[in-house]
Amino acid sequence: MIAHHLPALQVVVPLLAAPLCVMLRGARAAWLIALGVSWAMFIVAGSLLARVLREGVISYALGSWEPPWGIEYRVDLLNAFVVVLVSLVGALVISYSRESVDHEVRREQHYLFYAAYLLCLAGLLGIAITGDAFNVFVFLEISSLSTYVLIALGRDRRALTASYQYLIMGTIGATFIVIGVGLLYLMTGTLNMHDLAQRLPAVEHTRPVLAALAFLTVGISLKLALFPLHLWLPNAYAFAPSVVTAFLAATATKVAVYLLLRFYFTVFGAPLVLGEMPLPEILLALSLAAMFAMSTVAIFQDDVKRMLAYSSVAQIGYITLGVSTGTAAGLTGTVVHLFNHGITKGSLFLLLGCMAMGMRRITLQHIRGIGRIMPLTTFGVVVGGLSLIGVPLTVGFVSKWYLVLGALERGWWWVAALILASSLLAVVYVWRIVEAAYFKAPGEQVAKLREAPLSMLVPAWVLVVATLYFGVDTRFTAGVAARVAELLLGGFR
Amino acid sequence: MSPAWAIAVPLGGAALIAAAGARPNLRETVTLSTAALLLGVVASLVPEVLAGGHPSAVLAEVFPGIALRLEVEPLGMLFALIASGLWIVNSIYSIGYMRGNREQNQTRFYVCFALALAATMGVAFAGNLLTLFVFYELLTLSTYPLVTHSGKPEAIAGGRTYLGVLIGTSIAFLLLGILWTWQIAGTLEFAWGGILEGRASNAMTGLLLALYMFGIGKAALMPFHRWLPAAMVAPTPVSALLHAVAVVKAGVFSVVKVIVYVFGVDNLAGMHSVDWLPFAAGFTIVMASLVALRSDNLKRRLAYSTVSQLSYVVLAAALLTPISIVGAALHISAHALGKITLFFAAGAIYTAAHKTEVSQLAGIGRRMPWTMGAFAVGALSMIGLPPFAGFLSKWYILQAAMGTGQTVAVAVIVASTLLNAGYFLPIVYSAFFKTGPADEQGHGHGEAPLPILIAQTATAAGTVALFFFPGLFLGLADRLAGG
Repeated sequence: MIAHHLPALQVVVPLLAAPLCVMLRGARAAWLIALGVSWAMFIVAGSLLARVLREGVISYALGSWEPPWGIEYRVDLLNAFVVVLVSLVGALVISYSRESVDHEVRREQHYLFYAAYLLCLAGLLGIAITGDAFNVFVFLEISSLSTYVLIALGRDRRALTASYQYLIMGTIGATFIVIGVGLLYLMTGTLNMHDLAQRLPAVEHTRPVLAALAFLTVGISLKLALFPLHLWLPNAYAFAPSVVTAFLAATATKVAVYLLLRFYFTVFGAPLVLGEMPLPEILLALSLAAMFAMSTVAIFQDDVKRMLAYSSVAQIGYITLGVSTGTAAGLTGTVVHLFNHGITKGSLFLLLGCMAMGMRRITLQHIRGIGRIMPLTTFGVVVGGLSLIGVPLTVGFVSKWYLVLGALERGWWWVAALILASSLLAVVYVWRIVEAAYFKAPGEQVAKLREAPLSMLVPAWVLVVATLYFGVDTRFTAGVAARVAELLLGGFR
Repeated sequence: MSPAWAIAVPLGGAALIAAAGARPNLRETVTLSTAALLLGVVASLVPEVLAGGHPSAVLAEVFPGIALRLEVEPLGMLFALIASGLWIVNSIYSIGYMRGNREQNQTRFYVCFALALAATMGVAFAGNLLTLFVFYELLTLSTYPLVTHSGKPEAIAGGRTYLGVLIGTSIAFLLLGILWTWQIAGTLEFAWGGILEGRASNAMTGLLLALYMFGIGKAALMPFHRWLPAAMVAPTPVSALLHAVAVVKAGVFSVVKVIVYVFGVDNLAGMHSVDWLPFAAGFTIVMASLVALRSDNLKRRLAYSTVSQLSYVVLAAALLTPISIVGAALHISAHALGKITLFFAAGAIYTAAHKTEVSQLAGIGRRMPWTMGAFAVGALSMIGLPPFAGFLSKWYILQAAMGTGQTVAVAVIVASTLLNAGYFLPIVYSAFFKTGPADEQGHGHGEAPLPILIAQTATAAGTVALFFFPGLFLGLADRLAGG
């Protein structure tokens, strides 16, 4: 009985847990609720994925209102995979969060923090799981509004301006998305994505539909921080509390990429998006610009969080580049890099959070000699850095493998060469961290530090180990991604 | 025995060394016994390989159809024997050197050394290009802490060059070549005769070969050779085993392996787009020798000599005849023995006399006769004189060059022999027959510590032994050339 309602529970439970936190008000109680809900959501997501793998697409009519009139939750391989990523990161981040939040957020705000986190989780899971275009917008707003709050809770006062910047940009993005959805509704009279996909071919060359595609592309690109619409991201990541940065970096942009894939391949269909529109060329140009420009900017950052934030924008370039190739291998690269980059950046930002326990800002000057003082934390950062470069036996290598193959399959050998060349920029910024952490003498402040508590190290290292494990055993990650890519290109309508 | 043990043993050794870090004597015992055990594992594979067998083991399936897989073939066997055998000698030497110079962080040093050997074994026994690439990169990463061991600014700068060139070339060129190969051949498994025959056009083959030859930066083909002199900031045992044997030989080993098992010798022989390779190798041989001639720093001179000698192997492989492939395989072992002896001697001089420049070595042969004797043996083998191993491999390469009518190759070999003599013999001469500055006559430094002497005498003896008893290596090389 309860198994049937899992798709709804996936969203409803964190949504209801948030007001519960506010009512209870206790910092510890709020944390415990968030912890329990997060792990429960991971279990739900895992069982949903298992069921999709076993039985195929799950369609769930919310409130038993049959689609296309009611809201349908539609779980297929693609969003089951994304839901697993989001809930896994959520569970680990919350397990880690207690000490870090104690340290970085004022105690009387803790219950608000966890409530906002639960809302954000519900929003992200909702975007991923719903099969209704307008419902996407609703969940997008839930996750965005709670994200603004979470970022603003950062201890640096600049967190407020960062949050405000993101609020403006995010609202513009959401507006574009709702305009796009509105145009689609205008032309087809339906909001159910599955239904939209059936009805669109009849009107797909009309101007409103093409305008809808354009609005959706720009709106979603803002949310996923596609260069040059990424301006909100570096400040948001740099000034948010460590826990929030890790959670957002691993999930928020990834869910937005999911949304792009969903609209492109399920709603509009690959032939229109990749065949008739000049979108592959545009995406390719912007992706390459992101990879090179943002990696170069990352090289010149002294603030490590900001450096990794720019690196994220560059890595999103790899993800969208896979879409632009329009090949099975390239899309496999996109989907697998969603997961791989999620766990890599998640681990990196969690480890930076460990360092943030002893210093207010994490700059290259501040982390001098930290390799000796916090060996486990620092070594984890090195592993994550190697994954960003794409060294074999890390997940980053797996992603690059498929992306380069995708470019070669398309005949873009020069793109293949550029993908690999851009990895070398990552070597430079990662090695700036390595040299500062290991070869400089520790300053007075660093010498007083101690290794982070196990409650933080263990969740962070789970992600570090995952970074290595899924770099060797790719049956789950690349296996699912390859099947998803096949479905996307087949236009699973 | 499964070849996977050749990786598992040094990995396990590394863990034990780390665990025994607080007790130096136990730690060094672990290193030595791990090295001995590894040689045992490697040697146990020899009979099967000589009989034509290819012991193999699958480690993990990374991508559908591409596994991390080990497969022992003759060339890998030869390389693994050399590397694991010299690790024992080098470990004895390390003990003398590291303690004699009171180096810091010795546990990290021995741990990384064992990891580097595990990676080397992985390169040697790689069954396909992916496995080769994975262990090739691990070898770079595991040797980086050894290169930057001292932590001084010049070590960090050297480490940057080291990592920049090796990671840069391998990701930008080698990985691209591998992925391209997968794209057109549909397989990455090494197969005698090549996997590209009939699948790549003339021009494409030339381009792919360039990606491989320059992508394998460890072979130090100019202009991607700068990492090797940069790596000389490392403690001498690292320069000796890793930057005269394991790392650089992993480079030329990969070159030979790619030519024999990916392109196929016969396949390449029919292509004109690959004719540039002997010239590139010849250019490196001569230019590096000229730089060596002008270097006063002893280790730098040895490093450039290595750059030059590595291209002998590339040149030999590029001649594309069975006999030149035998020469390439033999030169891998001959140069390894000779060059490690030279580095051992250089380290001995540094430990006993704290001298690093060639110009300081006048008269040192009288105080350090064993060291300079070993140095002379290594130098003569580099020049290619009998009865030293270097003669043997040069003979084969020269024979192949004459047989194919490649006059340029012949000229390069002759010229470089003269240059070798030009930069090695004066060192030997001044060490034994000149007298040093008067003020130093009084300060008596004697020979280097005993472990150092044992190690360098052993490798010097090996250089001679390989000349008289090349049977095992020749047998393996013949198997390689004959399929």
